[in-house]
Amino acid sequence: MANNSSCNRRDFLESSIRLTLALAVGGVGGLAISKAATDDWVWQIDPFACTQCGRCADECVLSPSAVKCVHAFDLCGYCDLCGGYFIPGANALNTGAENMLCPTSAIQRKYIEDPYFEYVIDEGLCIGCAKCVKGCSAFGNGSLHLQIKQDLCVNCNECAIARLCPSDAIKRAPASDPYLIKGGFMEN
Amino acid sequence: MSKWKKTGSAFFLSVLEGISFAQQRFPKPEFETGYVQPSPETPAPRALFLEYLDVGVLFLVLLLASWLIYRKRSRRGILWLSVFSLAYFGFYREGCICAVGSVQNVALSLFRPEYAISLTALAFFLIPLVFTLFHGRTFCAAACPLGAIQDLLVAKPVALAPWVRKPLGLIPHLYLGLAVLFAATGTEFIICRYDPFVGFFRLDARFVMVILGIGFLVLGLFVARPYCRFLCPYGVLLSWMSRFSKRSLSITPAECIDCKLCAKSCPFDAIEKPTNRQAADVKESNAKRFLVYGLLLPVFVAGGCFLGGRAHVFLSKAHPDVRLAELLISQPEVRNDPDNIDVQAFLASGKTMETLIAGALVVRQEFYYGSLILGAFMGLVAGLMLLNQLAFREHTDYEPNKADCFSCGRCMDYCPVGKEVGKTREVGKNPGGWKNPGGLGKPGRCGKPPGFDEYLI
Ligand code: SF4
Ligand code: SF4
Ligand code: SF4
Ligand code: SF4
Ligand code: SF4
Repeated sequence: MANNSSCNRRDFLESSIRLTLALAVGGVGGLAISKAATDDWVWQIDPFACTQCGRCADECVLSPSAVKCVHAFDLCGYCDLCGGYFIPGANALNTGAENMLCPTSAIQRKYIEDPYFEYVIDEGLCIGCAKCVKGCSAFGNGSLHLQIKQDLCVNCNECAIARLCPSDAIKRAPASDPYLIKGGFMEN
Repeated sequence: MSKWKKTGSAFFLSVLEGISFAQQRFPKPEFETGYVQPSPETPAPRALFLEYLDVGVLFLVLLLASWLIYRKRSRRGILWLSVFSLAYFGFYREGCICAVGSVQNVALSLFRPEYAISLTALAFFLIPLVFTLFHGRTFCAAACPLGAIQDLLVAKPVALAPWVRKPLGLIPHLYLGLAVLFAATGTEFIICRYDPFVGFFRLDARFVMVILGIGFLVLGLFVARPYCRFLCPYGVLLSWMSRFSKRSLSITPAECIDCKLCAKSCPFDAIEKPTNRQAADVKESNAKRFLVYGLLLPVFVAGGCFLGGRAHVFLSKAHPDVRLAELLISQPEVRNDPDNIDVQAFLASGKTMETLIAGALVVRQEFYYGSLILGAFMGLVAGLMLLNQLAFREHTDYEPNKADCFSCGRCMDYCPVGKEVGKTREVGKNPGGWKNPGGLGKPGRCGKPPGFDEYLI
């Protein structure tokens, strides 16, 4: 074994590099774990920050979008002239499609009692375009607002809408508390 | 008409009251008919224990892969395991989260105080690296859904000459560097955004990404695993680990009889021929070049730094704040463009131009330092790659290049020695081959597996 010493050197060098790599991985892992969260993250829209730009309908990796309109009934005024339901200056306050703001007729208007109407979102039809949200925020109580529906969302590592949201309204939320529903959740 | 008037006048009042009262312009009615108010539906996200289950599945798949490669030496087993991973991590989990993208979560977590990485993402980052440090790139062979979808579609692989392969190998390093830079500055996750295969897993993607994905798969028919070899940023980390892994796949379970049957079996050009005397002579004459390249290394690093410094302004444009600030400064007329959503949202937000610019400058400064480091890193990688060309390592057998081998096991299938010996002796007891008990290498090579001289790149 003429080159035994060089063999030992190789051995030694290789194991030390392996050890260095192991330490590097351990170091990065340790640093990250020191602030790691046991909870998982999901993406959610802060309804107070959202400016209803309409990108939620177009930019989600899913089609139709995982973003849907939700109705915080607690805040709703049950108006006959619903700012979220009717186009401004609607000819008549009825369920005719030509009077509706929603491009997919996803809002169901139901008579409750004089003069109140209930508005319910049909999630299967809603594409998350925020048109109704804009109307409701501008002319009503702002009870209609967008949320990412966690049963639909595939929880992208980076939400494709968050990257493009002009108001930075989409943030990571803890998976144990994944919604920011208006009413239950107050602006702080 | 009276209803109209009622709501109409309330509406009018509310407009007068203005924004400050925006929450309840119209008070909630007192219902008299016993109407029960529904509550908004809030379906829960995927349960946390299922996320931990994914980590468990990853761990088991890697364990099984090591067992299949080192004990069973079964290409078929690896193949089926990769099909399982494709189905589970790909089509069932729809591609998120994956180890490849987790690099960005780690970078974001290390550089941004506001983000704490979730344990699952961290586990997806660490577990494959640790396994690779001990057992080679078994993750690529059996657990990565991106690798699996490409591997299944290898049809007629063409051999690429080293002068094509090696320079292209710089791209993954650059991609890794950029991904870390963009994640660390909170700009975006480019690995996820440009993942060509995730669209297949979700059966839903933009047209451009579908074209890109199909492009990669079609290319992959001839250039095996194009994403893995010439793009994958996580593959860079894995190759660093596997270069020094404790064990690595050996083509033959016993003595290589130099039958050359395996020579063309690797679709990824990862098998190295035995060296001959001629090459050893070349080695001598290389000594001078070695010195020159070694001295060039600092020059490369400095050059990389310089280029990085020059590129930082351009790179920082990827950040939305920088982009917006630049747009508003260079084209103030966009303020009147109602279709420019970003500008209109900024104007409506009431933020001042000063805060926007100040924020953009901070981002640009971060990009400056980041780009310097990125440039130096690329210079180092390029320099070491050159040096590595000259490194000569004598070996007498056909053997996989430790860094490049995905541990797919195809070559094992070709080796006639394995078949015979496997029947008469307990191959499994001696995973590294008969001449190297414990899998620790072969004679004539210092009792070490390949890799010593290649540690440079
Ligand atoms: S992209 Fe942002 S601002 Fe636009 S609708 Fe979605 S959450 Fe609202
Ligand atoms: S995380 Fe992905 S699926 Fe969910 S809303 Fe965002 S883009 Fe859509
Ligand atoms: S207007 Fe848009 S966001 Fe509102 S319900 Fe219709 S589709 Fe959904
Ligand atoms: S090289 Fe990257 S994409 Fe390919 S199998 Fe390995 S980790 Fe997956
Ligand atoms: S196991 Fe490695 S060397 Fe063998 S065919 Fe697969 S990638 Fe090539």
